[in-house]
Amino acid sequence: MTAVTADSGAATGRAPRITIGTALSDAATITRRYLTHIVRQPRLLVFSTIQPVMFVLLFVYVFGGALLQDPSIAQYGSYKNFLLPGIFVQTVAFGATQTAIALAEDLNKGVIDRFRSLPMARSAVLVGRTSADLVRGFAVVIIMTVVGLIIGFRPQFFGLLAAIAVVVIFGFAMSWIYAVVGLSVPTSETAQAASFVVTFPLVFASAVFIPPSTMPSWLQVFAENNPITHVAEASRALATGIGAVQGPLLWSLAWTVGLLVVFVPLAVNRYRKMT
Amino acid sequence: MADSPAVQVEGLTKSFGETRALAGIDLQIREGTVLGLLGPNGAGKTTAVRVLATLLQPDGGHAEVFGYDVVREPAEVRTLIGLAGQNAAVDELLTGRENLRMVGRLYHMPEPSVRSRSEELLERFELVDAADRPVRTYSGGMRRRLDLAASLLNRPRILYLDEPTTGLDPRSRLDVWQMIRALVNEGTTLLLTTQYLEEADRLADQISVIDHGRVIAEGTADELKSSTGGQVVEVRVTNAADVDRAARVLSGIGEAEAIRTSEHVATVIAEHGVASVADAAEALRREQLDVTDLALRRPTLDDVFLDLTGRAVDQEPSSNGAAPDDRAPDARREAMR
Repeated sequence: MTAVTADSGAATGRAPRITIGTALSDAATITRRYLTHIVRQPRLLVFSTIQPVMFVLLFVYVFGGALLQDPSIAQYGSYKNFLLPGIFVQTVAFGATQTAIALAEDLNKGVIDRFRSLPMARSAVLVGRTSADLVRGFAVVIIMTVVGLIIGFRPQFFGLLAAIAVVVIFGFAMSWIYAVVGLSVPTSETAQAASFVVTFPLVFASAVFIPPSTMPSWLQVFAENNPITHVAEASRALATGIGAVQGPLLWSLAWTVGLLVVFVPLAVNRYRKMT
Repeated sequence: MADSPAVQVEGLTKSFGETRALAGIDLQIREGTVLGLLGPNGAGKTTAVRVLATLLQPDGGHAEVFGYDVVREPAEVRTLIGLAGQNAAVDELLTGRENLRMVGRLYHMPEPSVRSRSEELLERFELVDAADRPVRTYSGGMRRRLDLAASLLNRPRILYLDEPTTGLDPRSRLDVWQMIRALVNEGTTLLLTTQYLEEADRLADQISVIDHGRVIAEGTADELKSSTGGQVVEVRVTNAADVDRAARVLSGIGEAEAIRTSEHVATVIAEHGVASVADAAEALRREQLDVTDLALRRPTLDDVFLDLTGRAVDQEPSSNGAAPDDRAPDARREAMR
């Protein structure tokens, strides 16, 4: 049996240069870890996929008829066409909360301590985690599109692809908010509760389910300036070809970039200075 | 640099709010030796390891690992260390093999080395049969072994083991001890924290006893044992109700206050060997105490800790009247040299 402290290939203490290449490969290693987690928890996977599908079916069949009375919805031909591009945003917004839950759990179990004691890129755990969310979000949106097509959602093909790209990248930016949440709370239960407090008002007081024009005026102000609204409207305009694209799209991109600019450094800094 | 010690810690301090976790500790570990950091829960052991593993910034003082400053050169330090125990964990959902390979990749080892080294360690820690099972199906002992394996992937020059056997059943503890022993025999430099005196006794070359964030004694296990300056007279009473009275009796014949060490047992450090036992026997007879056992023995590390702090190692600081500061730990430490 070889000596564990043998000189050959032993730790050197040479300053490990973290290049873009090693940072990316570290992040890829971590992404793979989290994706393996998703696959290894089939029940969680099933229920977390069923949940948004259930939302689609409930809203379409419970509210769909009544909501079609509103002319701003009627122009889409059916509530399905109005709802589906919006509910993509809800899906990635809720999916992004997984970053908070997973990081809080890793922190509690000491996994983050192990990572922080390794000579790996300081950004890798967070980039890896949020990238795993990105991949998962993309997969769930595809599943919802298929469910939507089955029940009568009729998008424009290339517009739909653009809509999915905008939504999924926005979800990636949201994951970074939850990375900060996950690194700031004591337990994964708290992370979940805290994330829902952030997510619910954003998602429901938005243009995801109904046009903000039907809301009381004070709420309308919130809903119209809510990033979820911009992304939902961009997604809807791209996927259906109905309504203005440029305004909501620019707002969506601005919010996406803005969230990343603020929350990426905040999260990485928090990770570095954890105690 | 070749002569610099593996670890050199001077005057390290760290507070969390009002709590002083480290009140200025000094430690030194020579390459190829094992330092046991012994102390009760909350003594500051884990805080010290976290600082040395670059997980925590100290408030003051200085710590170097093979000449690299843990605050100014953390990246260099991380390439040299391995960390296992309560501060590092393995991934529950990955298999044992996947865990090791992931850690190897994060050390930026070439892929063939990642694979061969993982297999080598799985074999060494007797995890080959379980290698493809998710870790959540592992027993506590298997997890610790995997944790230990993960900390060795990079062939670290120093290994930190933070309470490596806490919470393990006695058999798994023996297994882990045996594996640590093997590492030690190969010359691994080791910093071991423990609240088990027996563990420090078995594995460490040097022991630093820490309490309330300070080193209150240091030396080899034998030096610490002989530092109590005598032997131990131990009395076991038949009725638990009598144990406090027995302790008072022993205090009368010993060098220091007697201490109740369990429900039925009181001990005292005594200098006069058999004569002390005779005195104790006489005093106990006078008090008409019903005794099941009366013995004279060499002190164990438990006795050393009791002597230094006035409480057992697993007792909470507040549960005993004798505050360690009352016992002038610094004076004792001097006496020990």
